[in-house]
Amino acid sequence: MRVSVSWLREYVDLPAGLPTADLEQALVGLGIEVESVADLRETVTGALVVGEVLQIEELTGFKKPIRFCRVDVGDANGTGEPQEIVCGARNFVPGDRVVVILPGGVLPGGFAIGARRTYGRNSNGMICSAKELGLGDDHSGIIVLPEDTPAKPGDDARPVVGLDDVVVEVEITPDRGYAMSVRGLARELSHALGVPFRDPGLAPAPGGTDTPAYPVEVRDTVGCDRFAARLVRGVDPAAPTPGWMQRRLTAAGIRSISLPVDITNYVMLELGQPMHAFDADRIAGPLVVRRAGAGEKLTTLDGVTRALAPEDMVICDAGLPNSLAGEGTGVPISLAAVMGGETSEVVPGTVNVLFEAAHWDAVMVGRTARRHKLFSEAAKRWERGVDPALPLVAIERAVRLLTEHAGGAAGDEILDLDHVRPRTPVVLPVDLPSRRIGVSYPPARVVALLEQAGCTVVRGADRLAEDPGEVGVGAGADDALSVTPPTWRPDLTDPADLVEEVVRLDGYDEVPSVLPTAPPGRGLTWQQRRRRAVARSLAERGYVEVLAHPFVAPGLADQLGLPADDERRRAVRLANPLSEEEPLLRTTLLGPLLGIVRRNLGRGQRDLALYEIGAVFHPRPGAGRPPTMGVDRRPTDEEFAAADAVVPDQPRHVAVVLTGDVEPAGWWGAGRPAGWADAVQAGRDVLAAAEVPAERIEVRAAEHAPWHPGRCAELLVDGTVVGHAGELHPAVVAALELPRRTSAMEIDLDVLPAPPVASAPVVSGFPPALIDVALVVDSSVPAEQVQQALVEGAGGLLEGVRLFDVYASEQLGAGRRSLAYKLTFRAPDRTLTVKEAVAARDAAVARAAERFGATLRGG
Amino acid sequence: MSYRNDPYDPKQVALLDPAALAEAVATAEKAFAEAADPDALTALRPAHLGDRSPISLARREIGALPPAAKSDAGKRVNEARRAVEAAYAARQEVLDREQAQRVLVEERVDVTLPHDRRPRGARHPISTLMEQVSDLFVGMGYEVAEGPEVELEWTNFDALNIPADHPARGLMDTFHVAAPEGTEGSGLVLRTHTSPVQARTMLTRRPPIYVIVPGRVYRTDELDATHAPVFHQVEGLVVDRGITMAHLRGTLDHFARAMFGEGAKTRFRPHYFPFTEPSAEFDVWFPEHRDGPRWVEWGGCGMVNPRVLRACGIDPEVYSGFAFGMGIDRTVMFRHGVSDMRDMAEGDVRFTRSFGVGA
Repeated sequence: MRVSVSWLREYVDLPAGLPTADLEQALVGLGIEVESVADLRETVTGALVVGEVLQIEELTGFKKPIRFCRVDVGDANGTGEPQEIVCGARNFVPGDRVVVILPGGVLPGGFAIGARRTYGRNSNGMICSAKELGLGDDHSGIIVLPEDTPAKPGDDARPVVGLDDVVVEVEITPDRGYAMSVRGLARELSHALGVPFRDPGLAPAPGGTDTPAYPVEVRDTVGCDRFAARLVRGVDPAAPTPGWMQRRLTAAGIRSISLPVDITNYVMLELGQPMHAFDADRIAGPLVVRRAGAGEKLTTLDGVTRALAPEDMVICDAGLPNSLAGEGTGVPISLAAVMGGETSEVVPGTVNVLFEAAHWDAVMVGRTARRHKLFSEAAKRWERGVDPALPLVAIERAVRLLTEHAGGAAGDEILDLDHVRPRTPVVLPVDLPSRRIGVSYPPARVVALLEQAGCTVVRGADRLAEDPGEVGVGAGADDALSVTPPTWRPDLTDPADLVEEVVRLDGYDEVPSVLPTAPPGRGLTWQQRRRRAVARSLAERGYVEVLAHPFVAPGLADQLGLPADDERRRAVRLANPLSEEEPLLRTTLLGPLLGIVRRNLGRGQRDLALYEIGAVFHPRPGAGRPPTMGVDRRPTDEEFAAADAVVPDQPRHVAVVLTGDVEPAGWWGAGRPAGWADAVQAGRDVLAAAEVPAERIEVRAAEHAPWHPGRCAELLVDGTVVGHAGELHPAVVAALELPRRTSAMEIDLDVLPAPPVASAPVVSGFPPALIDVALVVDSSVPAEQVQQALVEGAGGLLEGVRLFDVYASEQLGAGRRSLAYKLTFRAPDRTLTVKEAVAARDAAVARAAERFGATLRGG
Repeated sequence: MSYRNDPYDPKQVALLDPAALAEAVATAEKAFAEAADPDALTALRPAHLGDRSPISLARREIGALPPAAKSDAGKRVNEARRAVEAAYAARQEVLDREQAQRVLVEERVDVTLPHDRRPRGARHPISTLMEQVSDLFVGMGYEVAEGPEVELEWTNFDALNIPADHPARGLMDTFHVAAPEGTEGSGLVLRTHTSPVQARTMLTRRPPIYVIVPGRVYRTDELDATHAPVFHQVEGLVVDRGITMAHLRGTLDHFARAMFGEGAKTRFRPHYFPFTEPSAEFDVWFPEHRDGPRWVEWGGCGMVNPRVLRACGIDPEVYSGFAFGMGIDRTVMFRHGVSDMRDMAEGDVRFTRSFGVGA
């Protein structure tokens, strides 16, 4: 909310000349966020002075009537001679005092004023309108100062027109409805600066009378626990809103509409009590306050016709027939607490004004405002809590303002239907603030601070007998305080709330800095360490990490060529996605990751190796809604487990995508393009980094979207598929507009088994026997399986095996290839004889021969 | 005078003349000195030390001398030979050394040539920072807690004292998961903060609880220079006996110093969060800010609201706690001078590469 400091000064004695920085600090120190502080003095620069019009010469012959004026500006122009100014406005006469900006001055918007020749005359300055000074929208004429203005020609005009003010814009947290008012902010500033405060909310106001001001029936006292009204008859419908009120409303960002409406807004800003002004002659019968009925409609002041929900509270005109809701229910004329209706609003001819000030249920207003997306100034205040003690004070203030400025007579009858329940005292162990904050607050200090906040504090537990409150008192009764919060603080309900008031008013800066000692922890879990190891391994191997947004389009599944029954087609859908085109959450990391590949390509990066580690989302079909759980106690393990079972499965995956050169060209020679083998190797690297033992990993050919069916590997651990890698399907590459041969890998990290404790090998100091074998096999036999056969056949003497050549030729014949392996044999306890080594080699080859018909090349 | 009886022939033994030997040595030394390289030197060896060399020929003539002269002549010849051998060896050493030097010079390469045939990749600064923060707190005895990103409304809101109609819920700009057809409300949201992990932690662990929670969170903000629909937070939660706001402040001061240097400190401003009471926003004094030392808004914190403890089955009469949280993306931005939020989300490799793999 925006408020001018002059208004605050009416209720709090701020030091004269308080620097804006100090004002800001005072508010921030109490938890009121300051968005901006605007010093209006700085909005107009140069000489802005009061002038008295001496002569007016009408210039004719131009498109519009123009006046050449001689204006007394005292000594402000340095000569004492009258200032000659050309002016287009006509709403003034000689003798009027006006506001003049002299040459050299600058108006808001950077509009510099100079001496110039215009309409055949010299014009030395300008006579200003309110709009030109940034004081409002009024551009119908120049400002003519009221006769009683205590200013003479040549005086600085800023204080006279309100340009000596400072406007503060503050952001109010959802718990502090009272601070959305001059009253609340003035109170807070009085706390911060230790200066006197006069509470306008406690101003005397006459109580309700037996005879109502207007017949009103409240049918739902939960939704509306107080309803007050008073009638003012015979006001001057032409009475304007006084300039000072307009200026304050303008500063607050509220448009001036008519005097009665402006008064309700003014009172709302001042006290925090939203009000409504009805035209009493536009209501046909008694008012009924009730919940809306199904099918009812209301056209609110913003011209929107709204379908009402049964939870909305409405004020109805019982004088109008309602065929929907039945006899006596009336027709809704106001969406209670949120916005009035068109049919009963004050209009230019209104002479009889019915002021209404009520107290509505915060939750109801919040729901209504959200339902109708109508976050009016009133709704914002109701939702945050409004002081239920205010209605009569607000009505008194409004009535006085109206009769003062528009005449008329206030009716003697005052309606006050008051169902507000008294506040329950909160029991506060007097040492609780000290125990929670770590500052020693003597009991007297606690009491003083709470009283400063407006609480009524009673020592001892005598007031508690009826209601022991939220917290059972551990301390003796004498050590407890019974604290009744003020009516304007509905947020103070728990002892913890009172603890906050104590530390807030005492000052957060007083809280010392003490480092607590945690018990010994167990460090990262193996899953957490594994994710780090995988991430670091990929980054060291050339991959760049991305953190892609998980939102995807429904068409992605088709672009990826996922089969109709693929579980990755079942995705979590958002009810309110940012983009209607991407309402789903990813079921594979590849979609968003490929999008980032495209973005980088578009920015001229051709060689890309990216990785991401992140969650994918799999809905739990048929899980339904989580059971309702309260917060008054811990849910049982069963209850929480049942709720948790509805939460989608969100395994963490790792994925890489490669395109362009994986090794760049350089002075050493050509680059090496990335391909399927790099993607598969990335998968092996990930499993190695995850400490999955090599002998538990299997890699085999697979057909799996979105990969190329002939260039896709599935990666298995202990016989379970954990991921896929290879070149992407050409159709996918085409659909997603990616470079040919783009390759990718994706593994589910969460299904990988815990890393076993590695057992150390026996490191033999005896010399190895190295034997190469080249095996000719059918090309369809996977190299991995041939190697596996060699390992099995070779027995315990085999220390290592490495495929060092793959070779095909006409000589070998079509569909045949040679796989050349280097075998390293070694014994732990002796130097192997040639005979032993050859025997082991022969056994290895024999196993490959037996299993795959492998023959030794050249042997 | 008989030839047979008098074999001495001064003409035949002229080579044994001291002057002749001295000249042979001098000639050899001169020749060796002129040899330019080891091969040239080797080629000179037969002429000066070989069988036909003057000194070898002189040695043969010793036999022709009278016995009395033989000893002297032999000595002279040996001395001459030693001198030539020494000259050869000395020259050879010099030439070998020179040759070795020359090879090293010839083999010189341009060591500034790049050889990044497999360039390193990079980690996202957000990931790196989350790990750094986790490590700091793990070092203090905390454990790293985690939770799902699609979360129960109950853990994201209700358990944290944010009832369904509380304005604070409206301020959260929440992504809701669509309800299955025919039902009203899924009861699921994309978590709006890491705080639901507080609830999960308190439901599954008994105090004392000291956890740090890094993670991804979501709000319905369009991506622009200062907002993102997906961002990251790190959150701390402590629940123990006798925990005070002073402990919260001490923890944040320590955190601030670890992140921003010994000169860093924190400042609390009262604020409102439903799940903490009292609550504060906190600023950090960042001495090395690239625009000069200054206070920077860093996060929110407070004492865990007893209502939250109760909803999670922890007795607020026995235990108290504090919680704090801050935006990781924002921290990366002001710590590293990133001016546009989009740079963190778009995955442009030029941005991420500049941060390296991290330590």
